[in-house]
Amino acid sequence: MAIECLVLGAGQQVGKSCVVVSMNGKRIMFDCGMDMAYHDHRRHPDFSRISEYGDFDKALTCIVITHFHLDHIGALPYFTEVCGYRGPIYMTYPTKALAPSMLEDYRKVMVERRGEEEQFTSEHIVECMKKVIAVDVKQTVQVDKDLMIRAYYAGHVLGAAMFYTKVGDSAIVYTGDYNMTPDRHLGAAQIDRLQLDLLITESTYATTIRDSKYGREAEFLKAVHKCVLGGGKVLIPTFALGRAQELCILLEDYWERMNLKIPIYFSSGLTMQANMYYKMLISWTSQKVKETYSTRNAFDFKHVLNFDRSMISAPGPCVLFATPGWISGGFSLEVFKQWAPSEMNLITLPGYCAAGTIGHKLMSGKPSKIDLDKDTQLDVRCQIHQLSFSPHTDAKGIMDLVKFLSPKHVILVHGEKPKMATLKGRIYSELGIRCDDPANNETVCIPSTHHVEVGASNTFIRSSLNPNFNFSKMSSEDESDSRLKDGKFMPWLQVKDERAAEGILVEEKGKRAKIVHLDEFLLMLGEKKHDIRFAYCFPINTDNLEDTKSTDVSSSSNALSVSGRSSWLPMLYIKLSDELSGGNIQYFGEQIQVESFSVSLCLKDRCPYRIVDSPPNKCEAVFFCCAWSIADEKLAWKIISILENRNYGTL
Amino acid sequence: MKFTCLSKGGGFHFPPCHVLNVCGFRILFDCPLDLSALTIFSPVPTGYRAVVDEKDSDCQPYSTLDSDCVTWKRQKIGKPLDANDLICAVPWYKIVKYLHLWNVSFIDVVLISSPMGMLGLPFLTRIKGFSAKIYATEVTARLGQLMMEDLVSMHMEFRQFYGPEGSTFPRWMEEEELDLRPSALREVVLGKDGAELGGWMPLYSAADVKHCLQKVQTLRYAEEVCYNGKLVIKAFSSGLEIGTCNWSINGPKRDIAFISSSIFVPAHAMSFDYHALQGKDIVLYSDLSSLDTMEGIEDGYSFLTTDSFSTLSWEESAQSLLNTSEHLEEREKLYYLCSCAADSLKASGSVLIPINRLGTFIQLLEQISASLESSSLKVPIYVISSVAEELLAYTNVIPEWLCKERQEKLFSGEPLFAHVELIKDNKLHVFPTVHSPKLLINWQEPCIVFCPHWCLRLGPVVHLLHRWSGDPNSLLVLESGHDAQLALLPFQPMEMKVLQCSFLSGIKLPKILPLLNVLQPKITLLPEDLRQKVRFTNVNPFSVFHYSENKTLIIPSLKDSSELEIATDLAFQFQWRNLKHENMNITRLKGELHVAHGKHWLHSGNKPSKSNSSKSRPLLHWGTPDLETLLSILSKMGINASVEQGVGVEGSKKACIVHVHDPKKALIEIGDTGTVISAVDENLASLIFEAMDSILDGI
Repeated sequence: MAIECLVLGAGQQVGKSCVVVSMNGKRIMFDCGMDMAYHDHRRHPDFSRISEYGDFDKALTCIVITHFHLDHIGALPYFTEVCGYRGPIYMTYPTKALAPSMLEDYRKVMVERRGEEEQFTSEHIVECMKKVIAVDVKQTVQVDKDLMIRAYYAGHVLGAAMFYTKVGDSAIVYTGDYNMTPDRHLGAAQIDRLQLDLLITESTYATTIRDSKYGREAEFLKAVHKCVLGGGKVLIPTFALGRAQELCILLEDYWERMNLKIPIYFSSGLTMQANMYYKMLISWTSQKVKETYSTRNAFDFKHVLNFDRSMISAPGPCVLFATPGWISGGFSLEVFKQWAPSEMNLITLPGYCAAGTIGHKLMSGKPSKIDLDKDTQLDVRCQIHQLSFSPHTDAKGIMDLVKFLSPKHVILVHGEKPKMATLKGRIYSELGIRCDDPANNETVCIPSTHHVEVGASNTFIRSSLNPNFNFSKMSSEDESDSRLKDGKFMPWLQVKDERAAEGILVEEKGKRAKIVHLDEFLLMLGEKKHDIRFAYCFPINTDNLEDTKSTDVSSSSNALSVSGRSSWLPMLYIKLSDELSGGNIQYFGEQIQVESFSVSLCLKDRCPYRIVDSPPNKCEAVFFCCAWSIADEKLAWKIISILENRNYGTL
Repeated sequence: MKFTCLSKGGGFHFPPCHVLNVCGFRILFDCPLDLSALTIFSPVPTGYRAVVDEKDSDCQPYSTLDSDCVTWKRQKIGKPLDANDLICAVPWYKIVKYLHLWNVSFIDVVLISSPMGMLGLPFLTRIKGFSAKIYATEVTARLGQLMMEDLVSMHMEFRQFYGPEGSTFPRWMEEEELDLRPSALREVVLGKDGAELGGWMPLYSAADVKHCLQKVQTLRYAEEVCYNGKLVIKAFSSGLEIGTCNWSINGPKRDIAFISSSIFVPAHAMSFDYHALQGKDIVLYSDLSSLDTMEGIEDGYSFLTTDSFSTLSWEESAQSLLNTSEHLEEREKLYYLCSCAADSLKASGSVLIPINRLGTFIQLLEQISASLESSSLKVPIYVISSVAEELLAYTNVIPEWLCKERQEKLFSGEPLFAHVELIKDNKLHVFPTVHSPKLLINWQEPCIVFCPHWCLRLGPVVHLLHRWSGDPNSLLVLESGHDAQLALLPFQPMEMKVLQCSFLSGIKLPKILPLLNVLQPKITLLPEDLRQKVRFTNVNPFSVFHYSENKTLIIPSLKDSSELEIATDLAFQFQWRNLKHENMNITRLKGELHVAHGKHWLHSGNKPSKSNSSKSRPLLHWGTPDLETLLSILSKMGINASVEQGVGVEGSKKACIVHVHDPKKALIEIGDTGTVISAVDENLASLIFEAMDSILDGI
């Protein structure tokens, strides 16, 4: 089984985001964005690749939207209302609350100002939003029996989320856009350490290491402050929701700190009603903003007043938020016409303006004249400040997230091709994780995880969880210097917990496979154990043993004092300890034990296991009897050869 | 698994409390306070009374206390209670009666289902040695904190009046003092069995509350947390209040659903998410609200048995849970309440509503303001509580925790609750205390006042009751279910009208069976008191256990095995052996066992095991070896052997010995329970082992 990842948008580009992932029989679409740079079919993802015949309900299990920006949600009403997808759609509460307004603003600009044929109507937006199921951060949503999704805080805009998706044993995370550092109104992205097969991450700033957003925010505030100090007017064209509240919260805070009394206005399109959304969703903002809810909700703007048309040409400095953004017409254009010719004034522009709008014209270079229409030209002498703090993570943030999650595979989307290639290389070389950066309409297949589910008996579980201490002595080489220091023959003892789960997996016809402990197994079968052991009885020449006494063991004098048969075993013990490294050799007086291998003195005249031919001079030989089980077959023969070699070696 | 009910509680404000032993962990469900017991204390005398008192004597409050003492002693114990019987002292608070018998340091997990279930928690968290992990939903923790802070601040009034508390046992708890109290009062102090005296505690401090909250891990609905790798714990909405929850606890051996008081279709909170509790092995049913309202119902409803429901399909059961009759019933109550309030207001009386149930309070605010609007009565509404401002602001920033209808308001950009607009329009005024300067400036009568505390011993309600108790046009709205007689005792004679109202606080009796039908557990735990009310026939698919207070129930284990997941790479290493006569396949397996996320996982481990390198040999054998077969197999291997029958080594045992001479010397000693192989070298021994292996079953 594999996870199939079809990139319909934002493949090696920053534009419409749309990725369709198939895993274990489920198919999930992540984001359904539009590319505002195009005006033909290319603005939408190529939905025909999902289902040739347009049967999207069958082809998709669900849609997941990460946040309310148009490049992530713009094509959704088209897909549901025009293409006819009727399945479930998931997004966070703020996204569901704010998306309709974003979509409506966009629709208006496209249709009313540019006279374009509309892709979807207002009713479409309403109908589309009815299909949306709102989710909370960290809420575990069971889409169906097998598919589970969960949102994590992404910190890109209000309500932005990364989505964890799990089907069976396979799991992936799709990040959407995210920000790893907190800013003035949002917190940083936050996710659990998850077991992932795949991480699909944005890579807008794949190679950039950026300073904090605070710097750029300060720049904006400084520009505004300078303008109003000089008696100028500041025009901030925005749409009703989103940027207006984000900027206003900055200004409010700044006004408070600097004790400024200059009025901040909202034009009629930007009602206080819109702020209501932000007020109710304040728990999705940063810790600092969040805590203000009871005393004074930070989105209860104190300095903000309503603007009246008559005030356009009133003297004195002011700051004005006016709709629509991009200065595509309406009130913001009206104000722009009045204010643009004065050098004292300031106009701020967002990071993106749709082509064909005044905003777009202002962004390209610094024109001194702008054609409003065929006949009218406008002198533009005012200052222009471009807002550059789109809250995306930088390369360090992406690397941090990939390292933190340590998925088996990474796919990069939402970035520029050459930079993505660099980041891809870094992920592979620095983190050793396979990484892809597919282009649009390409499919990447990666293997998925599976587990075999069985039952396990209590005895097995208990015995597996019991610690299994293994005492072993350090081999002589390892502890040579410590031995020198002590000047003694004391080997170091090592204690290791080598707990291992050992059992028998039983698969019976018509029953669930089950793991049992060895001891339970025979009981279960009703059979008696038949123990197979090995035995071996062999002689060691006593002459040689005497040699050993006088040579090797001379240093440890107390072993020497005991003479006769009782001293032979200790000598073997010393021999073994010396030559057999790593084994756990135990001496019990009557016998020496290594794992299941045991050796003891054989006092019988006729031992059945005395297979080897007796040495010629019988009287001088001492017999030793060994026994072991199959598990220690190799070990046993090794020990025997050590002992026998000694014997024959000195002959 | 063991289950012990520590307390059945009593009503909405005093939820039940249980201890569950599962997977070797001890879980405590809720830690409430019995605030109804506060009624045995006398409220702080207020300004109005104080004026009268001062005329009599300008003595210290302590001296009046003493004179009170004298009066009790003269009384006979059997006399009906009057205001002088109440205890004049800084009140103590009563926790769950059997909780103090447990060693709290052995509790591993505390699950808090509602803000009410949290009020006793600071008593636990301040005990040295208490180290349990506490889980509660974010909203429960916040609302619980506000309730506790309010309690502490209202309690301050007593401290200021009586002076600082001594650290010793208060006088009223001494035996000889108690003996002088009327029996009804003594019963509240000691309990029916006289065992509850140990449950009384002096109130915690604001610092204790803060410290307690720091120990609580907050959750969202349906957020997964894993305790100690073994228990996966999730909270699901119960519908009783905003943020209240039921629990799903999944372990390696059983999945458990804990159901606290739940409401299917609430008008404010997110509805009871019973779907999430479906298919669990065990349901711990802890909604005891139907016991509180039982008396009136018994004639109304016939006994329920499964017979009437056994024919119901699953869908029908599910359908019957969601009928909206109880929802409508609740609305009716609120309407009636509003009309009574309007009547009083029209007669220039004021309305006092000491109802602290958040949901009821918010809905009443909406209803009353709407009905004032429609009857064009211009009367101010006051909310007086130290936490009211924060509480009202908070309810408007938690859309994720509300019912569908309220969430729709979020999506259309309207405030979630009407009080936001009411405050803005100056129709609703919020003050921290009765003596706030702003209140004194603003005060207008007649008016409507919402304020704590429902026990009528603490908070602004005491002052206002003293003020209005003599006014026959004024109205006091009380929640029924408590002893109103006792509660109103200090305010007698009461001229004020009193309206007692009960509100839906859980699953109604007729819905219990359909609910269990939908959940389909294998085992259900019900309170003993429901044994007669909810009868099961033999056909019901689950077994039922009944629990009663302070008795430990032992729940039999359902499975003799745990779930275990084997990693694919390990599974690929399996060497299956087929046991023909048993019709089974077996394989030896070895790996590392991990416990994570409520499951056991078997991984291949880091180091390659010895058996991986070569084909592993069976280590365990069973069966009886057949000599003929052995000899023929040996000869196929080129080993010639001869059998020496019946000469056992130890004589008595019937063993036989096989001698091998060719190619080398070896001996096989075959007994009943085992075989010993002895050969001159490794190779031969190994060959003989293989031969033995082939005639025996082994693994």
